[in-house]
Amino acid sequence: MALDILKERGVPLERQVFTWRDMVRTPVSKLDDDAFTRVRIILMNGIECFAIRLGHGLSWMNEELRVPLAQMRRIDKHQQTLVNWLLPPDMSPLETTINYEQVAIEVTASVAQHEPDEYLAQVYRFGLLEDFDHLYRFSALLDRLEGKDANNLLNSYTDIRPGRPTKEEHRAPEDDIRRHYDHKTAAPLTKLHAITLTAAEFQTEDYYMNFGPTFADPLARQLYAEISAIEEQHVTQYGSMLDPNESPITKWMLMQATEVYNYYCCAQSESNPRVREIWNRFVDYELGQLHACMELFKAIEKRDPEEILPAELPEPIDFESHREFVRQTLAKEVDLRTRGTEFIDKSEEGPDSPSVQYRNQLNSEGSPSEIVAAGYRWRPGTELADGRAKAAVQQEVSAT
Amino acid sequence: MKTVMGMGKNRTGIGTSPIDAKATIEGAEEGVPDVEHDGAKIAAIRAEYVREAEPIGSVPPPTSVKGVVKAAGEMLGGKEPVVFLDKLGERAAFERSGVRLYEAFIAKLEAVDDTCGVPIDVVRHYHDEELAHFHLVSDAIERMGGDPTAETPSACVVGVAATGLVQVITDPRTSVIDALQALQVAELTDNDGWVLLIDLARGLGQDDLATEFEKALKAEWEHLASVRRWMKEAVAKKAGVEEEIATVSA
Repeated sequence: MALDILKERGVPLERQVFTWRDMVRTPVSKLDDDAFTRVRIILMNGIECFAIRLGHGLSWMNEELRVPLAQMRRIDKHQQTLVNWLLPPDMSPLETTINYEQVAIEVTASVAQHEPDEYLAQVYRFGLLEDFDHLYRFSALLDRLEGKDANNLLNSYTDIRPGRPTKEEHRAPEDDIRRHYDHKTAAPLTKLHAITLTAAEFQTEDYYMNFGPTFADPLARQLYAEISAIEEQHVTQYGSMLDPNESPITKWMLMQATEVYNYYCCAQSESNPRVREIWNRFVDYELGQLHACMELFKAIEKRDPEEILPAELPEPIDFESHREFVRQTLAKEVDLRTRGTEFIDKSEEGPDSPSVQYRNQLNSEGSPSEIVAAGYRWRPGTELADGRAKAAVQQEVSAT
Repeated sequence: MKTVMGMGKNRTGIGTSPIDAKATIEGAEEGVPDVEHDGAKIAAIRAEYVREAEPIGSVPPPTSVKGVVKAAGEMLGGKEPVVFLDKLGERAAFERSGVRLYEAFIAKLEAVDDTCGVPIDVVRHYHDEELAHFHLVSDAIERMGGDPTAETPSACVVGVAATGLVQVITDPRTSVIDALQALQVAELTDNDGWVLLIDLARGLGQDDLATEFEKALKAEWEHLASVRRWMKEAVAKKAGVEEEIATVSA
């Protein structure tokens, strides 16, 4: 990528300003815009949300960073609003959920293929197959609750079929911790990837927690409760890849670099010109924030940010269908489980293992993800468009 | 509004991208080869929760001594005035929301270049009538000894049902026809709501109230008839079949 983040200084902080009219714009179209436009919007909302969250955490533990963090959090907040408010009001929370899972599949698939650290690439593939299954379960719910076709949101980019069964994804906390990258030796891209995925999963967990109780249907409430629990596991998993030995200012600077990187990736691939203009504007905003942060890094650490940051941004995220990669991963790795930080085959998971005991307890009164998708196979136009399904429904109606 | 709904780059459906769609269909078939439509477990979960569920809420007790005496007297006769109070609360809530729906519709009409034949002054008049009906029902609730500011269970339910109507009319991207469609749903519900309320009032011997409600119903009939006509004419014009539909209707 051609952007030299060490030289390009972007827009100074004092010129990063907003109005309510600027933040609340005409949203994108559920019908006419490409699924990846929604994917990018959801991802960037997650990135901004995480930047704010991290900023709060750091400011609670760092006297000298409190004011600059507050200043930049305020800009991030307005950026997040502008981005998230691009989602249209005619998408139900469940429809939006479908695109959330598409983010978790397609962005993670791209990251897994570009990740230079083999172990961490495995972590991404492991998480990918779980979100892939969530998409299948939520698609069944969308069909069976609202009578809608998930593919209308996915635009045929992503398969709707089971992955690692959600009911099998519940693990003991100790089996969700992964080995972290070594901040001294890891490639910059590894760090940007880990922050990106942690951010994406964090917002997904929050989204499900906020919208789960808004459903009237008890099964929908159960399914959101169940999958939100897995998203918390994913935050634990991806968050544990971040090296805890990095200094606070280093973490903050890497967060800023991640924001530049992600906005730049979005700008390179965006099909909606109105949205692309926003991504380009925020690349410049984030460069301004990154350079302000770099000055603080120099003052605090007495080191050169070049020791941490790459001159040029690494390989971009491919906002495109990764169907074949996902299918191959599914075929090879669906039966993987974890023991501590390591991946094992499910045959090695003994009945007394903490994760098996944990999931057996949770599922002992039934599994929402199994119930919602019992016998579900996606069909164009919903399962009701399928002849056999129609006949079965007819039979049910006649029987009552 | 810059755009007019028409043929465009809609990306939904499998026709947009036949190659990708084919792959998605194959993937679904490969992933779940032995399919059997099974909604029985979902029904069982729903039934389990239905059996355990608590009501949405309750109707508040009468706020005046007169109301308590009236309620007690009618209950002795085997009647349930609480049902009437609940339904009065529903009507009050719906009329109040109706006022806001018409406000949003007026804002849309004032902003568009073409109101599709909808006369704004008439819509304003309907708005004022919805407000008058809200006051009428609120007064009735007080006369029955109830609290017109309380939200009854039926008011709550009808509010949930109307959520989509608010979304449709306030969305800047929706057309005048879209808004009329939402108003039609509202007016259909409203008309039947008034009919039921009049029957209840008569059943409880509240003939004075019933007579007043009948006047409101008459106005609501006119709202519904107008909304139906405006929508039909606007859609027919847009589809270029104005004359044909007029002939059929005649």
